[in-house]
Amino acid sequence: MTEVHALIGKPWRKPSFIKRPLLRWAIIMGFFVYLIAAYLTIEVNWSRVYEGLERGKKFVLAFTNPDFTTRSGDIIEGMTESIIMTIAASVVGIAISVPIALGAARNIAPLPVYLICRSIIAVSRALQEIIVAILLVAIFGFGPLAGFLTLSFATIGFLSKLLAEDIESMDKVQAEAIKASGAKWTQWINYGVQPQVMPRLIGLSIYRLDINFRESAILGLVGAGGIGATLNTAFDRYEYDTAAAILLIIIVIVMALEYLSGVIRARVQ
Amino acid sequence: MLRLEKLVKTYKTGDQALKAVDLAVPEGQVLALIGPSGAGKSTLIRCINRLVEPTSGKVNLGDVELTGLSSSNLRRERRRMGMIFQEYALVERLSVMENVLSGRLGYVGFWRSFLRRFPQSDVDEAFRLLDRVGLAHMADKRADELSGGQRQRVGICRALIQNPALLLVDEPTASLDPKTSRQIMRLICELCKERGLAAIINIHDVALAQMFVQRVIGLRFGAVEFDGPPEGLTPEVLTTIYGEEDWEATIETVDNEEIDEAAE
Repeated sequence: MTEVHALIGKPWRKPSFIKRPLLRWAIIMGFFVYLIAAYLTIEVNWSRVYEGLERGKKFVLAFTNPDFTTRSGDIIEGMTESIIMTIAASVVGIAISVPIALGAARNIAPLPVYLICRSIIAVSRALQEIIVAILLVAIFGFGPLAGFLTLSFATIGFLSKLLAEDIESMDKVQAEAIKASGAKWTQWINYGVQPQVMPRLIGLSIYRLDINFRESAILGLVGAGGIGATLNTAFDRYEYDTAAAILLIIIVIVMALEYLSGVIRARVQ
Repeated sequence: MLRLEKLVKTYKTGDQALKAVDLAVPEGQVLALIGPSGAGKSTLIRCINRLVEPTSGKVNLGDVELTGLSSSNLRRERRRMGMIFQEYALVERLSVMENVLSGRLGYVGFWRSFLRRFPQSDVDEAFRLLDRVGLAHMADKRADELSGGQRQRVGICRALIQNPALLLVDEPTASLDPKTSRQIMRLICELCKERGLAAIINIHDVALAQMFVQRVIGLRFGAVEFDGPPEGLTPEVLTTIYGEEDWEATIETVDNEEIDEAAE
C-alpha cells in the first residue's frame, strides 16, 4: 500500500523498447547518419534528366491521344493471348498449389512432406518471374507457352505459401471435432479444413489472377508472348500512342479485376 | 463398458497431465468429471478417443482395446464415441445439416460425403435429431448464424448421429448463460437416458454437476481424488480437490436454485 502512495501524483510513461538510453540514441542517430550518407551516394546527371524530360513529355502526352486503331489487329491478338495465358496459368497454378499448401501446413502434414513442400515454395519464390521466363524462353522458344509455364510456376510459390499460412492459423477445434467422428483423412480435409480456408483461397486466387495478368504484360518484354510482346514492339518503333493505348487497356482490365475481386470476396465471407 | 487402466499422459514439456488413472464406467452411466483447471480433465477425455495419444496404460471400450489400434481401426472405434465440445466446435462455415451429417463421416465413403449425398436413413435421422432438440427449421442455416445454446444443440445432434455407445463431453456449458447451461445439461442427460448411453462430462460447475449426474469423479493434478455419488461432495472433499475455500456457499446456492426452479 505504501508503494502505491509513492506512485500517486507522478507521471507515467510507457517503458522504452530499448532500456539503455545510450544504446537507444546511438541506434536512432546511426540510422539517420546512414540514411543521409546513402542518399549522398546516389548520382544524378541533371543534364541527362533535362534531355530525358522531353521524351518523357512525349510519352505522357501520348496518353491524351492514344491510338487504338492503327495496330488494332496486333493489340487484339496480343490481348487475347495474354488473357488465355493468364487464365490457363492461374487455373493450373492454383490446382497445383492446393495440394502443396496442404503439405506445407505444419499442423496437418508430417515433417518430411512439410519440408519437401516448403522447399518447392522456396524455390518458386526465390526465382523471379523474369528469370524463369528467360530460362523457359530459351527452352521452349518465343511465344505464350513459355509465359504460361512461368506464370503457373510463380503462382505456386505465391498461393501455396499464403494458403498454407491460413491453414496453419485455422481453428484447431473445428477440425478436431470432425476427426473425432471417425472421418478419413480426405473427409477431414473436406469438412474440417476446407470450409475454414475457402474464403482465403478464393480471395487469393482472384488476386493471383490479377497479378498474372499484369505479369503477362512484363513477360512479353523477354519474349514470352502476350500483350507484352505487342507493347515491346510499340516501344521499339517509338509508337508511344499505340503503347499508351495498350497501357490504358491494361489499366482498365486490372481495375475491372480489382472491382470484381472486391465483389466476390465480400460475397464469400 | 469403458475401462481405463493405469492411464498416463506426459506431455513433451514434461508436464504429467494424468498419473495412472484407473476408471471403469458401466453401461448407461452418466458421470461428471470435476477438478480445477489443469487437473487433466480435457486430457483424460481426449486420451479415450486418442485425439491425444496416451503415454502408457490401456483404454478398453467394450472388449476392444483402443490403445494400440491401427489408425483405420481407431477410426472405426471412434464412431462409437460421440464427442461434445467446449465452445461447440461446429464447423462455422458449414450449414447446420452439414454439421450434423458430419457425424456420419465414419460410415460413408469419401465421394458420398464430398458430394453431400448422404444415405436417406442418415438424412432422416438428422432431421429427427434436430427436431428432438427443436432446431429442425434451422437445418439450412449456417452454423455461425446460431446462438450459443443452439450451436451446442447442433453439437449434441452431431455426436448422437454417430450412434455412439459412449459420449465424451468436454465442458458443454463453459460459454453459456446459467439458464441455457441447465437446459443443455438436462438435454444431454435426458438423451443419454433415452438411448442408454454412458457419458463422461467434464464440468467446471460443481453445483450443475450435482444436479444432473449419478456419479462424480474429482480429479486433482492428474489423479483421482474422489469417486462417489454427488451427495458425497462435502466441503472437506471439495477442499481436497480444489484447495481451501468456503464451500458452504456453493453448496447452499444449489439448494436455493433448486427451490426457485421448483417454484416456477
